[in-house]
Amino acid sequence: MNIRKSLLRRLPMLLALLLACSLAACSSNSASSPQGNAASSGSGNNAAGKADDGGKKVIKVAYQKFGTPPIWGEEWLKQVKTQFESQNSGVTVELVPIQASENDFYTKIALMMKSDETAPDIVTEDTFLINSDAAAGYLEPLNDKVSAWPDWSNFVDAMKQGVTSSDGKIYGVPYSTDTRGLWYDTNIFKKAGLPVPWEPKNWNDILNAARTIKQKVPGVTPFWSNVGKATGEATSMQTFEMLLYGTNDTLYNDSTGKWVAQSPGFKDALQFISTIAKEKLGPPPSQVLNGQAGNTLVDQLMPKEQVGIALNGNWLPGSWVQNGAAPWPDGTKVYQLAAMPTQNGQGPGFTSMSGGWALSIASKSKQKDEAWKFIQLAINKDNNKWYNMHQGNLSPRKDVADDPEYANTPGQSFAQATKFTAFTHFRPANTDYPAISTQIQSVVEGVATGSLTPDAAMKQYAQNVERIAGKDKVEEKN
Amino acid sequence: MKANVDASVSLYRGSHFSRQRDSYRAAIFLFPTFALLLVFFFVPIVLTFYFAFTNMSLTGSASIHTEFVGFDNFSSMFADPNFRTAVWNTIIVLIFSAVIGQQVLGLIIALMMNERNRKFRSLIGTLVIAGWVTPEIVVAFIWFAFLSDQGTANIMLGWLGAKPVSWLYQFPMTSVVVANIWHGTAFSMLVFQSALGDVPKEVTEAAMIDGASGWQRLWRVTLPMIKGSIVTNMVLITLQTLGLFTLIFSLTGGGPGNKTETLPLYMYHQAFANYQLGYGTAISLILLVIGIIASISYIRFLKVQI
Repeated sequence: MNIRKSLLRRLPMLLALLLACSLAACSSNSASSPQGNAASSGSGNNAAGKADDGGKKVIKVAYQKFGTPPIWGEEWLKQVKTQFESQNSGVTVELVPIQASENDFYTKIALMMKSDETAPDIVTEDTFLINSDAAAGYLEPLNDKVSAWPDWSNFVDAMKQGVTSSDGKIYGVPYSTDTRGLWYDTNIFKKAGLPVPWEPKNWNDILNAARTIKQKVPGVTPFWSNVGKATGEATSMQTFEMLLYGTNDTLYNDSTGKWVAQSPGFKDALQFISTIAKEKLGPPPSQVLNGQAGNTLVDQLMPKEQVGIALNGNWLPGSWVQNGAAPWPDGTKVYQLAAMPTQNGQGPGFTSMSGGWALSIASKSKQKDEAWKFIQLAINKDNNKWYNMHQGNLSPRKDVADDPEYANTPGQSFAQATKFTAFTHFRPANTDYPAISTQIQSVVEGVATGSLTPDAAMKQYAQNVERIAGKDKVEEKN
Repeated sequence: MKANVDASVSLYRGSHFSRQRDSYRAAIFLFPTFALLLVFFFVPIVLTFYFAFTNMSLTGSASIHTEFVGFDNFSSMFADPNFRTAVWNTIIVLIFSAVIGQQVLGLIIALMMNERNRKFRSLIGTLVIAGWVTPEIVVAFIWFAFLSDQGTANIMLGWLGAKPVSWLYQFPMTSVVVANIWHGTAFSMLVFQSALGDVPKEVTEAAMIDGASGWQRLWRVTLPMIKGSIVTNMVLITLQTLGLFTLIFSLTGGGPGNKTETLPLYMYHQAFANYQLGYGTAISLILLVIGIIASISYIRFLKVQI
């Protein structure tokens, strides 16, 4: 009786003690071994590099999955996974698709890499994020690895620069690059009485062509460019920076290390966007202000020949190839690529922007050697050629670029797009660029929807850049 | 009998020792609860306050070298025209969709249903509650399907021979407000229905005999009697609307431009699209303050005790 009573009395206390112990155990467990919480964080997100039941090593590759299938990036990684697993018994490759539009992908990947629990081993990095992700400590420097890799000498130097952070270290292996220009519909141009081939010499030529199309070919969108926040980096790079880098100004002053937040070129670029919107030369807002805008353009509107001019990237016909999202064998016969002229035709006459993607190893990866093996295989000549031929991107490898099969891929414009590299620009290699780019998107959408005047937009942008980069890192050009 | 009770009370009071032991024991038993609250409730709140004063970021050097920046986040927030737009949008959504829309519509429906027969009541009730039981994300999709360019609304306009309207781009704020009223009115209706059920019939009947008109009975008798429910409802729907995110995010994404960007969306964009976690946290504090001010002012204004 007594014993029972005292037991009963102590039971709550025992329970409390148990609870406290389990709490402590839980926290110490998750700190020391990432497996502890693996089950709770979902099967797709469990710890990087953990051994599975069969004692096999697992390497995780995280990549973006978005748009209409086939998603060539995924197809490529699937093929490399099969090759890799047959060459390396005992290692399993787990592909971790991240279903998200561009900006959401960057956010999700940053959150993933932040934690031991969720960090993948390999991640596809947009090269403009390499600097800031390296500064955040998310990425593993690869200098030793690439210097011991004979293939590295095959990569174009400019692309090597793109994966080198401001600390001088290399944080990824580039697998694709791109250039941008004006895709124009030759049939619409002929109907409008415009010259084919079209070679605009300045911004006015573009505006006038768009005005002519609006007048002579009703029912089509004369000029399409991404202007929404939802299209993310495409709005900054394909639209705004394609304009700005054709003026006498740039986004960032490399010699002073400051952001040029206010400049005549900046305002003129916004003015161009405003003119397109005011004269209704662009697409209706409901079509262009959402994350699907890019796909709507390529998969639906262009194959129906409803767009006169599209300021966009060289990869665009990638959707039209056989097995593509919207097969259209004559796509590149109808739509041809013209170089984007500078504002007033000033030297060098044309402009373009280049970016690219790289495979990087997360610093929290536990299987760095296997991950490196995987990267070498994924970006060898054959696999890289396959990916870029299908995706429609430019290869960063010289041996692929010189390969006749690649250069003459039907339905692509590799040869011409590669010519644009002569006058192309890269985005500022600065850790604040990603945050500042979103400010550009915000003011571009403001101007395109008419809620901001170019003047007000530039002031707002300047203010936000000061907050993000600091007052001492911002300058004004008159 | 009474003497007995007194004796036992005094006996209890007298045993000082056992009382002290009881409070010790209580403290021991309460400790786990306290510890859990501390870890899962108090610490996050304190951290939120702290992060609001840092330059914490999702990527870039500020993500490992997070620094204390004082009131920088707040001063740049107040200088940011987008922040003012977001506050303004939040107030508009709050007033039109919560205070006027849900509250007034909910009250009207509850009043109309008060006297009607059962079948009518259950029919209307089911219709209104359908909006309430539908998850927010589904509500957003329903309204998107209805209002988008090729949506039901435009198809119906086509039958009438009218030109299609880009509802979500020409009237984005109205679309959001209407969708939120549709979603939330049932809650107010339920609150008012139960409050009206508690109003004694005799009182309204007495007023009727005294010659009070229907309007007078509502204004002078019914409403003052359900004042407590009005305030409770107002506080609840205000807090709910201040946190409204999913509906707006999926319906308009805060756009076009920033025409429907309310504070929660602005906070999300700053923290997770612009990677400025510290700045985003600072905005969340402002949202908290607005919620507190709104709740207190309702209570003061309608002079009720909670």
